[in-house]
Amino acid sequence: MSGYDWPDPGGYRAAAAETIRHHPAVRDAVGSATRTFDASRQAAYAAIDSDAWRDWARDVKTHALGRLDEYLLQAERALESNGAVVHWAETAGDALAVLDELVERHGIETAVKGKSMLSEELQVNRHLEGLGVRPVETDLGEYIIQLLGEPPSHIVGPAIHKSLDDCRELFHRRLGTPLDADPDRLAGAARDALRQEFLAADLGISGGNFLAADTGTVALIENEGNIRLSTSLPRVHVAFVGIEKVVPRFGDLAGFLQLTARAATGQPIGNFVSLIQGPRRDDETDGPDEVHVVLVDNGRTRLFDDDEAWEALRCVRCGACLNICPVYRQTGGHAYGWTYSGPIGAILAPGLLGLEEGITLPHASSLCGACADVCPVRIPIPELLLHWREKGVEAGLDPRAERMGSSAYAAAARRPRLFGVAAEALRRTPWAAIGTSLPILSGWMQERAAPRPSPKSFRTLWKEGIE
Amino acid sequence: MRVSLFATCLADQFFADACADAVRLLRHLGVEVDFPEAQTCCGQPSHNSGHSRDARLMAEHTLSVFSRADHVVVLSGSCAAMIRSAYPKILGTPAAGSMAERTWELTQFLVHVLGVESLGSGLAGTRVAYHHGCHALRELGVEDEPVGLLRRAGAEVMAWEAHQECCGFGGLFSTKMPEVSAAMADRKLSTLPAVDTVTSADGGCLLQMSGRAEARRGTQHFVHLARLLWQATGKAR
Repeated sequence: MSGYDWPDPGGYRAAAAETIRHHPAVRDAVGSATRTFDASRQAAYAAIDSDAWRDWARDVKTHALGRLDEYLLQAERALESNGAVVHWAETAGDALAVLDELVERHGIETAVKGKSMLSEELQVNRHLEGLGVRPVETDLGEYIIQLLGEPPSHIVGPAIHKSLDDCRELFHRRLGTPLDADPDRLAGAARDALRQEFLAADLGISGGNFLAADTGTVALIENEGNIRLSTSLPRVHVAFVGIEKVVPRFGDLAGFLQLTARAATGQPIGNFVSLIQGPRRDDETDGPDEVHVVLVDNGRTRLFDDDEAWEALRCVRCGACLNICPVYRQTGGHAYGWTYSGPIGAILAPGLLGLEEGITLPHASSLCGACADVCPVRIPIPELLLHWREKGVEAGLDPRAERMGSSAYAAAARRPRLFGVAAEALRRTPWAAIGTSLPILSGWMQERAAPRPSPKSFRTLWKEGIE
Repeated sequence: MRVSLFATCLADQFFADACADAVRLLRHLGVEVDFPEAQTCCGQPSHNSGHSRDARLMAEHTLSVFSRADHVVVLSGSCAAMIRSAYPKILGTPAAGSMAERTWELTQFLVHVLGVESLGSGLAGTRVAYHHGCHALRELGVEDEPVGLLRRAGAEVMAWEAHQECCGFGGLFSTKMPEVSAAMADRKLSTLPAVDTVTSADGGCLLQMSGRAEARRGTQHFVHLARLLWQATGKAR
């Protein structure tokens, strides 16, 4: 039920074309939701000195990444003294193995999950099912796509590609609501169904938006309360936290929680913020018996070693760059072929998946630069897209025709007379007739009318004299 | 005042009349215009596709062609941004830094170097939609310059919901990811208000939007900004 197979980032163009041609409702739903998110983000930025906040957030994250080892060890010590268990996971396999022992020791049958992109990256649900455990997504958007057997299409709004009517039809089929149910009724039906799951589950799984090193605090942002329930009702709570999520001080959370919410949805702060430091204490009535914090690398230190691309590790997963991206808006996230989509997904892919597997995605951008305008931690996304493109060329991963074309073009561009002759020839090329057979022109001609060259080049006009 | 015109490889072939109008406009404003004929391409296509070695060769060529220019006026925001932002980074030489400081997109030059406030009233009664090319807007910070010059010449610059969104051109992006690129152009075109003319400082964007509009039997009229600015003077025939 929860298993899904991502296609492959290398199939981006075909997947995007398929969505655009055959699923116009996806484009409508994604376009309208992202524009709403972005308008809210813009208003929320305007209400604060967002430039100063973003400078601060960039600096704190950069500082923390520079001393990752120290802060992670400090976080481990603090968490352990709070009674939590810390696990270090170099790979996805290491992270998932933590669940094996817990499932067996506690005889776990049902796990409730709060929304976590890292758990998607690790394919936690598939692993749990392999262990005979029923994973239940409890975030409304995640619940919807779990029922459909689909991966998330957006970092913050996983079901962003679905319309209200899609949800009505799904809930009618699965939960028996009327086909014309209003959104409140649909949410109510999900709430009723999920309440039973919360009460039955022995294991709660979450991610972690931030990890404050000084106090060993896992901070979680949400709007629905399902993360609060997932992390407090079951006997065991496992938080998967990327190692890049660490910030030095508890006090830093104040800034990051507010800035992230503003960037993501335009809210001054999430409806619920959970600050988890360990299991239930003796004087407390609520909370799990065991809290496990799994610190996950899974390619992050490799990305950190890249002189430029490490800046992507500042990402707080707000989705602001997806919301403003004119490329993402045309397709939603599935076309990107892996967990993280949009501009941030495009610069994480070659780092986390490896250059060869991820190299297509940095090309899925017109380099318009809108993402850099909104990123709350000022990741220079357009520069990093270019950086990966260069890395791809250095590794020989660019198409041969493109490599030869660029080289021939550069050679001609340094011989002005030859360049002029070649330009003149190209100008006289009957594009409409032969354009479809030339590699560079065929992509153009497939979607557009042939461009009409001027009757004479400017070069010629200049020689003739301009009056 | 002397300027060297960098027509750009694309405008040289596809917007020759706009280049000629830019020359007329600059001369009308008392500027002596030179066109170094050894100019070719700024190197942006190679730069943006990751072929940095090729890009550097083209940058060095362009640098040498314009080494003696007091000011370089470029008929493309994107190519001007390539020279101003990318050249210093990819070449890292004092010469690249110096050329960056002397290079301007046309409206930048008119407003910030010549101090032009108004060109005339030759656009009175026309309704115009202005497309902000991404690199002009985000890398050069060119936003009010073109719109202000159009307005003060009497044009009604119409509100356009998507005026600052990417048209989907992106150079080679338009041919490597043609379906997404075309969908982006459709978004621009579907939000376009009723106007006489759609204009932009970037010919690439205009080719993208007009090519897509034509393929979908649109009737919009796309004109390079330099042509409208010459018309603004009232001297155009």
